Amino acid sequence: MITMRDAFGEALIDLAKIRDDFVVLDADVAGGTGTNVFRDAFPDRFIQCGIAEQNMMSMAAGLSTTGIIPIVTCYGVFASMRAIEQARNSIAYPNFNVKIVASHLGLDVGPDGPSHQAIEDISIYRAIPNFKVVSPADPFELKNALPVVLDHEGPVYFRTGRSPIPDIFDKNINFKLGKGLIVREGSDVTIVAVGVMVHRALEAANLLEKENISCRIVNMSTLKPIDIDIIVDSAKTTGAIVTTEDHNINGGLGGAVAETIVEHMPVPMVRVGIKDIFAESGEPEDLSKKYRLMPEDIALAAKDVIKRKI
Amino acid sequence: MNSKEELKLTEFAAQLRKHIITMNCHAGSGHPGGSLSSVEIVAYLFTKEINFSPKNSRDINRDRFILSKGHSCLVLYAALAEKGFFDVEEFKKLRHVDGMLQGHPDRLKTPGVEFNSGSLGQGFSFALGCALGAKRKNLSYRTYALLGDGELNEGQIWEGMMFGAHHKLDNLLAIVDYNKLQSDDLNTNITALEPLMDKFKSFGWYAMEIDGHDFNKIDNALDRAKKIKGKPSIILAHTIKGKGISFMENVPKWHGSLAPQGVEKECALREVKCEDLIL
Repeated sequence: MITMRDAFGEALIDLAKIRDDFVVLDADVAGGTGTNVFRDAFPDRFIQCGIAEQNMMSMAAGLSTTGIIPIVTCYGVFASMRAIEQARNSIAYPNFNVKIVASHLGLDVGPDGPSHQAIEDISIYRAIPNFKVVSPADPFELKNALPVVLDHEGPVYFRTGRSPIPDIFDKNINFKLGKGLIVREGSDVTIVAVGVMVHRALEAANLLEKENISCRIVNMSTLKPIDIDIIVDSAKTTGAIVTTEDHNINGGLGGAVAETIVEHMPVPMVRVGIKDIFAESGEPEDLSKKYRLMPEDIALAAKDVIKRKI
Repeated sequence: MNSKEELKLTEFAAQLRKHIITMNCHAGSGHPGGSLSSVEIVAYLFTKEINFSPKNSRDINRDRFILSKGHSCLVLYAALAEKGFFDVEEFKKLRHVDGMLQGHPDRLKTPGVEFNSGSLGQGFSFALGCALGAKRKNLSYRTYALLGDGELNEGQIWEGMMFGAHHKLDNLLAIVDYNKLQSDDLNTNITALEPLMDKFKSFGWYAMEIDGHDFNKIDNALDRAKKIKGKPSIILAHTIKGKGISFMENVPKWHGSLAPQGVEKECALREVKCEDLIL
């Protein structure tokens, strides 16, 4: 079990050995984002920008005019709020080929507390034209997704994570930008999950199985563009949807799925996430219990939504 | 610079002012004041300094001109049209739906525009990235960023100042159009900027102070900037906001967004020798 940020650092090194088209930009948090190993392995391809995220974003756009792909790295709060207007006006609006990679997302951040727990970043980046938003569920998917994101011409917001999470996939996972993935088939309800919540959704499915409830689990690792087909198919096939994310329930994965089913295939739905409040310091596991992001909470939501099926 | 060259530049500057005023009148809005104060700087850069034309505008090794004070895009559009990037007919659609000339620059809509500036401070950082890219790719092009004085209020500028010095970006030249006025009022009544030269020097930049309407001074400063190694250069160019239109000079309201109407419109068009456009 490794952390997503460690997986990111390893993926950068693996990719740097076979392609020379990208550099990594850091705002004095290389230890936090997992890019420190890349810095040590490829010092010439690591650009220190100091604690100045706004300059880093706009500077990255200028750098990209020479064909270099800048990978801007920082914490989610700063990527999605401190420097969001730079990401919008310097990167998205002119449509430059810049990748923004954020660690420190949601309650997974843990003891550093709410100032560093990004619970809004999906909603924010989802609202900006030209950005794609990607959030892998485990280290294998991350390593598979990163080269796809680099090959995509245009701005991408890419989410990693801070705490260790269990493997879900193996090295053959085939990440497709813009596509969700059914990781478990089922018929009574669909749980659409993202990031650290995918393995918890799978545990929830095991709990529900003991009560003879059959769950489909969808890993929605691309949040934008959202995979409309897989959501509509899930709504048709199972008749009820639970979304789950380590993120505010407003405007994130739950918002994206709700928008989709309301327009295409209305079915009962429940959102499991952070209930529009700032949390607190604590170990991720303890926070997830207190703020109801555990497999048991997802299972309860699933039973609740099944009762509302027409 | 000989007097013949100076005369040519003076004529080019007059042509830019003519375009700025006619464009501004067509649109019925825009930012004339800061466009007019930048005219000599832009005229010099586009005729004598930068290697940038429709022929090489996609060449990776083109010189980069970034108008960080994006609201002054009238002067940029005027220069780009003169350089052949698009027809002057486009001026009539400035700020209008389906026109290629936006209220602030848009690189995807307007040929010759390098960056979507308008949000202050960002063009400067973008220019730093262009300069760093040249260093990393061993390219010889130079990067020029034109900044407003009010823009220096932005924290991002000072982040960039530290970055530029730290990375020794001697292939970058920033020019501040120091017209002393910003959106609502005098700089001194909004947030005092001085001592600017001391600030630039203490941030590790090679700083020069000139009259930004004097072509010989611009010529000399740009020449000096090219000889400075190991640090970026900045020119504090003293200018007059609204320069060339008598009633606009040093009057804060002509920052924009507006265009002269009625008697003022007639007067402005006369002063740029466009009497034929007076209805």
